[in-house]
Amino acid sequence: MIRLTIQGIALALLVGLAPVAQALAPGKAPATAAAAKAAKAPDASQKCIDCHAEAEPGDKSAAGKPVKLDPEAHAKTLHGGGNATCIDCHAAEGLRKYPHKEPGAAQCASCHEKAVKEYAETSHGKARAGGNGVAAACGDCHGTHDIKPTSDDASKVSRQNLEATCGACHGSEALVKAGKVPGGNVSAKYHDSIHGKLLHGDTKAKDRVPLCTDCHGTHDMRPKKDPESAVSRANIPETCGTCHGKAKKAWSGGQHGKLRAANVMTAPGCTDCHGTHTIADHNAPKWQVEVIRECGGCHTEYIDTYRDTYHGKVTDLGFARMATCASCHGAHDILPKENPLSMVSEQRILATCQACHPKANANFVKFQPHANKNKKDSGLVLYYTTKFMQVLLAGVFAFFGLHTILWLYRSLAELKARRGRPAPDTEKH
Amino acid sequence: MATQIQAGRPAATAGAGAVHKYYQRFDRIDRVMHAFLMTTFIGCAITGLPLVFSDHEWAASLARALGGFQTAALIHRICAGTMITVWLLHVIRIFYDAATRTGFLAVFWGPNSMVPQPQDIFDMWNHFKWFVGKGPRPQFDRWTYWEKFDYWAVFWGMAIIGGSGLILWFPAQFAAFLPGWIFNVATVVHGEEALLAVGFIFTIHFFNGHIRPEKFPMDLVIFTGRIPEHELKDERPQEFRRLVAEGRLAAAEAAPPTPWTKVFGWVVGGAAVIVGTATVVVIVYSVLN
Repeated sequence: MIRLTIQGIALALLVGLAPVAQALAPGKAPATAAAAKAAKAPDASQKCIDCHAEAEPGDKSAAGKPVKLDPEAHAKTLHGGGNATCIDCHAAEGLRKYPHKEPGAAQCASCHEKAVKEYAETSHGKARAGGNGVAAACGDCHGTHDIKPTSDDASKVSRQNLEATCGACHGSEALVKAGKVPGGNVSAKYHDSIHGKLLHGDTKAKDRVPLCTDCHGTHDMRPKKDPESAVSRANIPETCGTCHGKAKKAWSGGQHGKLRAANVMTAPGCTDCHGTHTIADHNAPKWQVEVIRECGGCHTEYIDTYRDTYHGKVTDLGFARMATCASCHGAHDILPKENPLSMVSEQRILATCQACHPKANANFVKFQPHANKNKKDSGLVLYYTTKFMQVLLAGVFAFFGLHTILWLYRSLAELKARRGRPAPDTEKH
Repeated sequence: MATQIQAGRPAATAGAGAVHKYYQRFDRIDRVMHAFLMTTFIGCAITGLPLVFSDHEWAASLARALGGFQTAALIHRICAGTMITVWLLHVIRIFYDAATRTGFLAVFWGPNSMVPQPQDIFDMWNHFKWFVGKGPRPQFDRWTYWEKFDYWAVFWGMAIIGGSGLILWFPAQFAAFLPGWIFNVATVVHGEEALLAVGFIFTIHFFNGHIRPEKFPMDLVIFTGRIPEHELKDERPQEFRRLVAEGRLAAAEAAPPTPWTKVFGWVVGGAAVIVGTATVVVIVYSVLN
């Protein structure tokens, strides 16, 4: 196999219509059979390919770009087989003579005008336009000389590979840091989420579970603070509802959804409770226990009083068998108790308690799951019992604390006084 | 507690002047009951404390270490059931003894009664005076005022904690005739009273029984049942004089405790003090945080 010099390859890479005779200028790589063959090729691209096929896989151009091209593999790409020539992507300028200069970025827009325009509006496009060299360009997602249709498993943006493609940047701590990528290492989070687990699982769900682009979009990807974004605060329910239609419908009918419909944007949408990339299986005990804190993040007084109950204490210890917020209030369809349809309404509370306590009766459901023992309006008996217990504890410990300290002081004093005298009969029994 | 001093075996004093005389203070049933009370109390405390301090990291670790909350709850309820049984047996025993031997008056009055007497008020006052160096040490009888407080604290505590605990254990059954807010009250009472009991037993009771210089590191009487003569004379002079005056001193005399009961006392009592003290440290740390 003939070896071009590194420099020669670098120049040859700038694919072009450069005639081989020019490419093999005096003092450069020796003339080869391959070069001679390329010279006879009728297709302009073929001339480039002939040179670049000769390169070794590890060879780099002066600018550090790989120069090896596998002609057979390239022929099977979308652009291969004559669909696009080298200079369709790589501007011809400067490439016609050998040694040719380093080509600039591929000119995707020359054919994909619409896609590139859309890209310019995405988070990636804006970041890149703003000088962030780490932000993904066309080739970072779609590949370069290996572009395949999305439906092809080998494509960088196929269901098979998309996670890894996005993860190349969003899963790299170094790149996340270098590019100041918002969200941090979201690939790792996604991988461990219920979506990620299903994607790598053996159930049928693996063909339907959302990939990055299902939520974020592709060429319509926007930062979440952009109102047009699929993952903006306002659009999240719609986006999740694409798959989770039932949940979205229930949420829309519940208090949180109603508030949203009334433009109260602080009301929680899907991700406020479920998280985004970390979204967990809602049946997982760990999540059921943790989501209580999400509810409590807004409903601060209710979580405090809940933690006073056995339900709240056991779940606080990490065990999910006790009633959580959702056990009594529902999840997506939460309604205020004044609404007869609410799980905690007068009409339905008995049935709600009976879900766990089958023998519950009318007295039983008068238990106050959110009683504030320090406020009179939760019941005077509770209030004064609490006060009594507090005084009792303080009183007993104060009295016997003093009793003990004084006694200790006296005992030590007696002991010290006794040391001087002959030892009394103090042998231990 | 026994309402009368039990006659033990005659002291093996013959021929050996070096052997101390011992007198019976707690009979076998007292000691067995205390042993049950002590172990079930510690069992309830360890399994219940994670709930009181559920927002602390150590509480979740302890609950997991105990095998999860369901196992902890099972241990808690086994201990609680045993403790309630001990409590009931104790009450039955008092009535049985009163009916067959001591009479009911002795339960409520006199030196063998656990019921506070006027003398206890004077004793407490004089004890405080002695603390501050303003008087002699009071001449205590069989039960001192702080021992009576210990007794009633536990007696009341078991009734209150046991009662509220049963309500929380069988909510549906109690709701058949009690209003629902009783569960809110029971939760508060159960937790606060438990904190009081644990705090009191593991500090004040331990100090009175073990940690104060006269007793340090351990008073074995609750394990051996016997008190040496010098201690009886020194700590309970009024009881000693009364036994002499009533001519019952010889009957109260007991054989010295066997070595194994002492070893048993050291091991079990020592373990209880260590567990209890560690518990108090954790509670104080948690309350302050």
